[in-house]
Amino acid sequence: MATIVTDARFADAAPGTAVRHSSVLVRWTLVLIAVAFLGLMLILPLVIVFCGAFEKGWQTTVAALTHPDARAAIRLTALTVVIAVPLNIVFGIAAAWAITKFRLRGKSVLVTLIDLPFSVSPVIAGMVFVLLFGARGLLGPWLGEHDIRIIFAWPGIALATMFVTLPFVARELIPLMQAQGRDDEEAAISLGAGGWQTFFRVTLPSIKWGLAYGTILCTARALGEFGAVSVVSGHIRGETNTLPLHVEILYNEYQFAAAFSVAGLLVSIALLTIIAKSIVEWRMHRSVRRDMDGGPAAQATLDRVGSGR
Amino acid sequence: MSIEVANVTKRFGDFAALKEVSLRVNAGELVALLGPSGSGKTTLLRVIAGLEAPDAGSVLFEGEDATTRHVRQRRVGFVFQHYALFRHMTVFENVAFGLRVRPRRVRPTRAEIRSRVSELLRLVQLEGFARRYPSQLSGGQRQRVALARALAVEPKVLLLDEPFGALDAKVRQELRRWLRRLHEEIHVTSVFVTHDQDEALEVADRVVVMNAGCIEQVGTPEDVFQNPASAFVMNFLGTVNVFHRRVDSLTPEIDAVEIQCPDELPAGSRPARIFVRPHNLEINTHATGKPSLRGRVQFINAAGPQVKVEVLTEFGEVLQVETSQERYQALNITKGSEVYVTPKEMRVFFDDGRPNSA
Repeated sequence: MATIVTDARFADAAPGTAVRHSSVLVRWTLVLIAVAFLGLMLILPLVIVFCGAFEKGWQTTVAALTHPDARAAIRLTALTVVIAVPLNIVFGIAAAWAITKFRLRGKSVLVTLIDLPFSVSPVIAGMVFVLLFGARGLLGPWLGEHDIRIIFAWPGIALATMFVTLPFVARELIPLMQAQGRDDEEAAISLGAGGWQTFFRVTLPSIKWGLAYGTILCTARALGEFGAVSVVSGHIRGETNTLPLHVEILYNEYQFAAAFSVAGLLVSIALLTIIAKSIVEWRMHRSVRRDMDGGPAAQATLDRVGSGR
Repeated sequence: MSIEVANVTKRFGDFAALKEVSLRVNAGELVALLGPSGSGKTTLLRVIAGLEAPDAGSVLFEGEDATTRHVRQRRVGFVFQHYALFRHMTVFENVAFGLRVRPRRVRPTRAEIRSRVSELLRLVQLEGFARRYPSQLSGGQRQRVALARALAVEPKVLLLDEPFGALDAKVRQELRRWLRRLHEEIHVTSVFVTHDQDEALEVADRVVVMNAGCIEQVGTPEDVFQNPASAFVMNFLGTVNVFHRRVDSLTPEIDAVEIQCPDELPAGSRPARIFVRPHNLEINTHATGKPSLRGRVQFINAAGPQVKVEVLTEFGEVLQVETSQERYQALNITKGSEVYVTPKEMRVFFDDGRPNSA
C-alpha cells in the first residue's frame, strides 16, 4: 500500500502523470506475473505434497515415517550429510584460502574445476564413480580383493554426494575472501601470530557468516541429491536407500500417501533450511552494516547478499 | 636497530619493482620512502618487513642477515594504509592481539596485558576508546589504533605503509606532527612510505626518493630539496618550471641569458633542462637590465600566503611564479599586464644524463 501512496503523491507533483501511470501499470503486471508463476510452480506443488501426505490421515503419515525402511533411509541420509558436509567445508576453506591469499599459478583453472560439479549432470557424476570403483571399474578388482565395498554401499553414496555438493562452500567463500584481501592476515602474522592462530582468530571470524551460508546450501543439496546417488546406490531397501530414493520407490509402488509423507519430511527440512538461510543473510547484513566504513570488503559482501540468491 | 638493504631486486612477473636497491637506515632514525606510485617504495617496505621475499640481495638487521627470517621473527611493527584492524575485535582486543598470541611461556598475564594496552592507548591518545569497535572510530583514530597495535609487541623497527594516505588533509596534517612527536618520544627505528612530498619533508629525518625501482637520492629533507641529484627529484619535490634549452657544457656558470634565446645553438652545446622553482622567479613590470623573459600575466591566485602568478612568455611557455603579498601589492599587476620575469636561481640537468659541472 505504502508504495501506491508514494506514487500518487509523485503523480500529483510531476507533470508527466501519464508516464507515472504507465510505470505503475508495468510494475503491477510484472509483480502479478511473478506471483502467479511462483504460485503455480512452487507454492501449489508444496501444498500438494502436504495434502498428499495427510490424505489418508495422520496415522498413515506416522506409519510411513516410522517404517523400518524409512528409518533406515533417514539414517543413511543423515550419515551422508555428516560425512559430506564437514569434508566439503574443509575443502571449501582450503581451496578459497589457496586461491585468494596466495599468488598461485593456474588459479583460474582451479576456480573453473571447482565449478565442474555444477555443470556436469549428476547422473554422469554417479557413473564416474561406478567406472572408478564398480566391480568392473578401474579400482574394482583391487577393492574386491580387499573386500571393500564402495559402489552399492554408503561410501559410494557419500562420495557421490560430496562430488555434487563440492562447489557450495568454496563458491561462497572465494569472492568474500577476495574482497577482504590479505592485509588482516599479514597484520596478524607481523604481530607474531602463527598460521592456526591467524586462521581461528582473524580469518574465521571474518568469514563466519559466508561460511554458514555456504554450509546451509551444501547441506540442503546433500539431503536432496538424487541423480548421482541413484546411480551408485543400487536401491537396496533398508540399506542403500536415501530419503529421495525412498520416495521414488514408494511412488513407483503406488504407495502415494507414504511417498508424500516422506517427501513432506524432506520439504519440511528444506523449509527449515530456507529459514536458517534467511537468518544468516540477515546476520550477514547486520555484521556488514556494523563495519559501515564502506570498505571494499563490506561493500562487496553487501552487494552479494543484496543480490538475493 | 639499524636496517641495511643490500642490492635487493624484486620482480612481479615481467615488472621489475626493485632494481638492485641498497639503503641503510640508522638506529633510531625516521626515514621516508618517497616516490610516485609504481616506484617500488611499498615493495621495499614489504621486503624489509619480510612480507615479500627478494629475488636477489639481502636485508640485514643490526648487521645480521635477516633475509630468510620469517615475518614473525623479525620483530617489526607494520602499519597498513587501510589500517587492517580486526573488525570483529574491540580496540582493546586489537591492541592486545600481539601479546595474546604469544606462546604460553612468554605470554604476559592478563593484568600485564591490560596495563600494557591502556598504556599504549594513552600514548596514542585513545584512552576511553578501549571498548569501541573499529567501525565506531574515525579514520585518524583507526590509524592510531593500528599504530598502538603494532607498538604493543615492542618492535625493533616500525614500518608504515602510506600511513596517512586514506585520511583527509586536515587530519593528515595533525597526524604528521603527532607522528613526529611520537617518534621523538619512543625513538624506534621507523620507515614510512609516502607519495606526498610535503609529508616526507616535514616528518622524516632523511628522505629516500625513489623512481622506477631505483633510489634517486637519499638525504635530509633540506638536502634533497635544495640540492636535488637528478631532474626527477627536482621535478618530484614541488612545483618547478622547466626550460628545454641547449646549454654549453664548457661554461660552468649557467647564464640566465641562455634562457632568453631558446633557438640559439652555441657550439659544443648539449640539450638540457633548466629548472627554476616558482619562488626563484622574480617578477617586474619593466625591464631591469638583468636577463629576463617578457610575457603577459595569464592568471593570478592571491588567496594564500604567497601569490601565484601564471605568465605566458613570448616563446609560448607558461611560467609559474610565486611572490609575496607585499610585492604583489607593490607591482599592481592584473591579468593581461606585461611583465618581465628574471630567474634568481636555477639548476641544469643535461638530457643525456651526464652531470653538469655547474
